[in-house]
Amino acid sequence: MSTKVVARAPLTFYERTYLPTILSGLKVTAKHFTDTVFRGKTVTMEYPEERWVVPEGYRGAPYLVKDQEGAIKCVSCQLCEFVCPPKAIRITPPGADGAPADRTNAEKMPKEFEINMLRCIFCGMCQEVCPEEAIFLQKDYSLTGESRAEMIFDKAKLLKLGGTHGGVQKWKHKLEGAKAQEVFPV
Amino acid sequence: MEFLQYLSPSTQFVLFSALKIFAVFGVVMTAVAYAVLVERKVSAWIQNRVGPNRTAPFFINYLPVIGPFLVRLGIFQPMADGLKFLLKEDFTPNYVRKVYFWIAPAITVIPALMTVAVIPFGSTLGTEKMVIADLNVGILYTFGIVSLGVYGIVLAGYGSNSKYPFLGSIRSSAQMISYEIPMGMSVIPIFLVAGSLNLGDIIRYQAEHGWMILKQPVAFVIFLIAAFAETNRLPFDLPESESELVGGYHTEYSSMKLALFFLGEYANMIASSAMMVTLFCGGWTLPFVTALSTPSSSILIGLLHIGVFFAKMALFMILFIWVRWMLPRFRYDQLMDIGWRRFIPAALINIVVTALVVAFLHD
Repeated sequence: MSTKVVARAPLTFYERTYLPTILSGLKVTAKHFTDTVFRGKTVTMEYPEERWVVPEGYRGAPYLVKDQEGAIKCVSCQLCEFVCPPKAIRITPPGADGAPADRTNAEKMPKEFEINMLRCIFCGMCQEVCPEEAIFLQKDYSLTGESRAEMIFDKAKLLKLGGTHGGVQKWKHKLEGAKAQEVFPV
Repeated sequence: MEFLQYLSPSTQFVLFSALKIFAVFGVVMTAVAYAVLVERKVSAWIQNRVGPNRTAPFFINYLPVIGPFLVRLGIFQPMADGLKFLLKEDFTPNYVRKVYFWIAPAITVIPALMTVAVIPFGSTLGTEKMVIADLNVGILYTFGIVSLGVYGIVLAGYGSNSKYPFLGSIRSSAQMISYEIPMGMSVIPIFLVAGSLNLGDIIRYQAEHGWMILKQPVAFVIFLIAAFAETNRLPFDLPESESELVGGYHTEYSSMKLALFFLGEYANMIASSAMMVTLFCGGWTLPFVTALSTPSSSILIGLLHIGVFFAKMALFMILFIWVRWMLPRFRYDQLMDIGWRRFIPAALINIVVTALVVAFLHD
């Protein structure tokens, strides 16, 4: 542990009058002032009008997606509901005599699917766990509403916001495979 | 204006004085509000920001091009700010010394506004002199009143009964008392040269012989820097020093009482700008233009004189705001060092040299 003494040159008379400091301050502030006023170089992003570019892989609000044929991908397995850490997802399954899925070969679809966006922590576990690639974290980052009830997004809203997200269409291929089995004589 | 002839001179004097007081009071209040806006805008521009640009009253939609531009400049921000201050909760903590706590904002504002009384902000309008009180001891009155301003801050710190305001007020009492001395001494050479304490006479002298800033640059520099210290502006904002003392002497204040402190600060800035214009920069006169450097009975020229005065004052206000971003805050001992060991000797030497020059060259 040795201390190193840094030699400091004593200030000259000119420096002790504070003039160089004042002049350099004047220069810096004047430059920034003219940059802002005459060249419009501001660091401010005027938010509601200007928005930042959301990068790929951003974890925004989770929404339900449809496949390229407009069918609901969710099969109401409730894995996302189970895995959701803040318990933001609530799924009502169709039940034994509920409506069938709106695409062939899928067993069921949720009767109701709700995400409470006030509880959601945008962790992405629902997306990770989904075996059907039916729920994705998308790019929405500013969710606003006038009441708590409004912030609970239901199935229709989630599907509308989610849009289409094509994929391998597992169930379609299985159907084709099954049909092919029937046609081809073994 | 017929009825004026039937009034006695003293009634006329009271009437005109009241009119001038209301006009000046209104102008100073508006100037304070807009000084805050200018401060916010200029600060924003220096820091590459945009500044207040959202406040828009309902009628702005009926102004096609100019409306959005005014909103962008934040012209309506002061009204919103004023309204906000009035409507906020006026909170009094229960550990404060109530009497001092309540009286301190008033004591800060009143002297700040009273100093404006002796400043000649124009030549004449009609036959009326454009100064509220044309005192022969104008400058003595100003210094007397300005030195009362420190009580407001000291009482605010003492009355708040809390450590940060207390530290702020201790610093301010030392700072303001120290800087009043060089400030007072720096103006003595001006009166030696001009030969009068009346501010109107000083402007007349400057109209004839050139501005004092050229004859007394040392006095000007000392006065300018002391004015920064007296108004608690950066680089001498030790009583407030937000980064050290939370809010300084007004930490415990809220709502309109807090607004009164700001009002006092900006009114002080305006008063000292006006004082610098009057003492050093020729007041309402402009050199090389005869119509603008002699009193005139024409209303138009009279208004022009007032305009010149306010333009000069605005330049000093912008200097006040600009310097805020130019220099970091001085340390307490540096502040005292500059005040006592640099400015007081410099001002004394300036007085002696000026006195000698006046004595030997003017006879």
